Amino acid sequence: MKRKGLRITKVVMNAEEMEKTINRMVHEIIERVGAKKNVAIVGIRTRGVPLAERIIRKIAEIEKINISSGTIDIALYRDDFFKSLASPEVGPSNLNFDVDNAHIVLVDDVAYTGRTVRAAIDALMDYGRPASIMYAALIDRGHRELPIQPDFVGKSVQTTENEAVAVYLAETDGEDKVVIGEK
Amino acid sequence: MKHLLGIESLNRDQIMQILETAVSFEEINQRQIKKVPTLKGISVINFFAEPSTRTRMSFEVAEKRLSADTYNIAVAGSAITKGETLADTALNLQAMAPDCLVIRHAVSGTPHMLAQIMNCSVINAGDGFHEHPTQALLDAYTIKKRKGRLDGLKVALIGDIAHSRVARSNIHLLTKTGSQVVLAGPATMIPRGVEKLGVTVTYDPKEAVKEADVVMMLRIQEERESGLMYPDRREYARFFCLDEKLLSLARPDAIVMHPGPANRGVEIEDDIMDGDRSVILEQVANGVAVRMAVLYLLLGGSNA
Repeated sequence: MKRKGLRITKVVMNAEEMEKTINRMVHEIIERVGAKKNVAIVGIRTRGVPLAERIIRKIAEIEKINISSGTIDIALYRDDFFKSLASPEVGPSNLNFDVDNAHIVLVDDVAYTGRTVRAAIDALMDYGRPASIMYAALIDRGHRELPIQPDFVGKSVQTTENEAVAVYLAETDGEDKVVIGEK
Repeated sequence: MKHLLGIESLNRDQIMQILETAVSFEEINQRQIKKVPTLKGISVINFFAEPSTRTRMSFEVAEKRLSADTYNIAVAGSAITKGETLADTALNLQAMAPDCLVIRHAVSGTPHMLAQIMNCSVINAGDGFHEHPTQALLDAYTIKKRKGRLDGLKVALIGDIAHSRVARSNIHLLTKTGSQVVLAGPATMIPRGVEKLGVTVTYDPKEAVKEADVVMMLRIQEERESGLMYPDRREYARFFCLDEKLLSLARPDAIVMHPGPANRGVEIEDDIMDGDRSVILEQVANGVAVRMAVLYLLLGGSNA
């Protein structure tokens, strides 16, 4: 399966490596939040959502702690709303837990400019006042434009700005892998 | 899409896109903090040259929940009472650089005229007895939410069809999305040739309601001289008022709709209006989400 308009130059993570990487992230997350109450893992639409589901499933296998889940859509919080080509498609956010005083881990596939997670933090704040917000990204490709860093990183990858990083997930793309390509 | 002037000029995909987008906005209306920053810095003028409670309020709520700046003008307090033409008023408003004008006017075609002379987006909030597109969209949203679909349903539209912009917009929308629309009302209130729009006409409300999935009642538009077209309210109610007996002919899971304002005891009985098959207040709630979706799609991205 190939994503539109992307010429793949390098595979940086295969299915087996992704499994190991997520397992390691899960242990790091447990170490940070395992003793806390009111923990929630929230996926940023779209590819953060299946990643968040995997993380929750694995945490449940290892630890007997109760973790809430949620999804968040950032289309309405983007800072490039009037610059983008057309109104981005909005999906529903779904946070079925009390955001007040919750320890929330935001999950996204790629950490890049930091603008997506900035929007997600703003969106979360509209639901209440979390006790803390953490940020987990499967891939950190650098080039931050805002002073926001992930708390949990699966793998850091060197990229140039002309390159694109694409995360393929079994749930959405039929296979697990991460590639770098030229736009 | 820059303007929303009517349903007639939309295709099925555009209609479905608005309805699907509205789903996401419905969630915002259930939050504790009912506001998102999406239209920050956007100016919207609401110009209602005809009385309105629901639509005017609904648009303003939708705009504010998207963080737009809203400005309201009523004819009574405007320079139109001093003899300024509507076109001149519009050009003066334009000089203040709004991004969107929401207009309701008693003269059909007013929003279309304004869309030609103004640079901003124009949304038709009801023009004469021509169209009321956001009402038809919120009606469709309500039907789709309750019935799960818009195709293959029988929808009965009963009352003053001739003077109803709600009826006209609903006919365009429901026929484009594959529902069967049956009109009923006094012969004087059904425009001749309306069958050409793809609807069935009957003068017997029983026939219209029979096996219907949706029963939509319309108000007699007395402000549009329809008072001349029927003997009196009691006589009208005897034949066309939706009561338990008439509704019993519809499908058991049929829903009852009314765009409001309703005249209790004239086109709809109290116990039906307040009954468990009535979705009239749901229509109002859904109206906010649908108008948020319209504003979002018209004013976002490169459309702005």
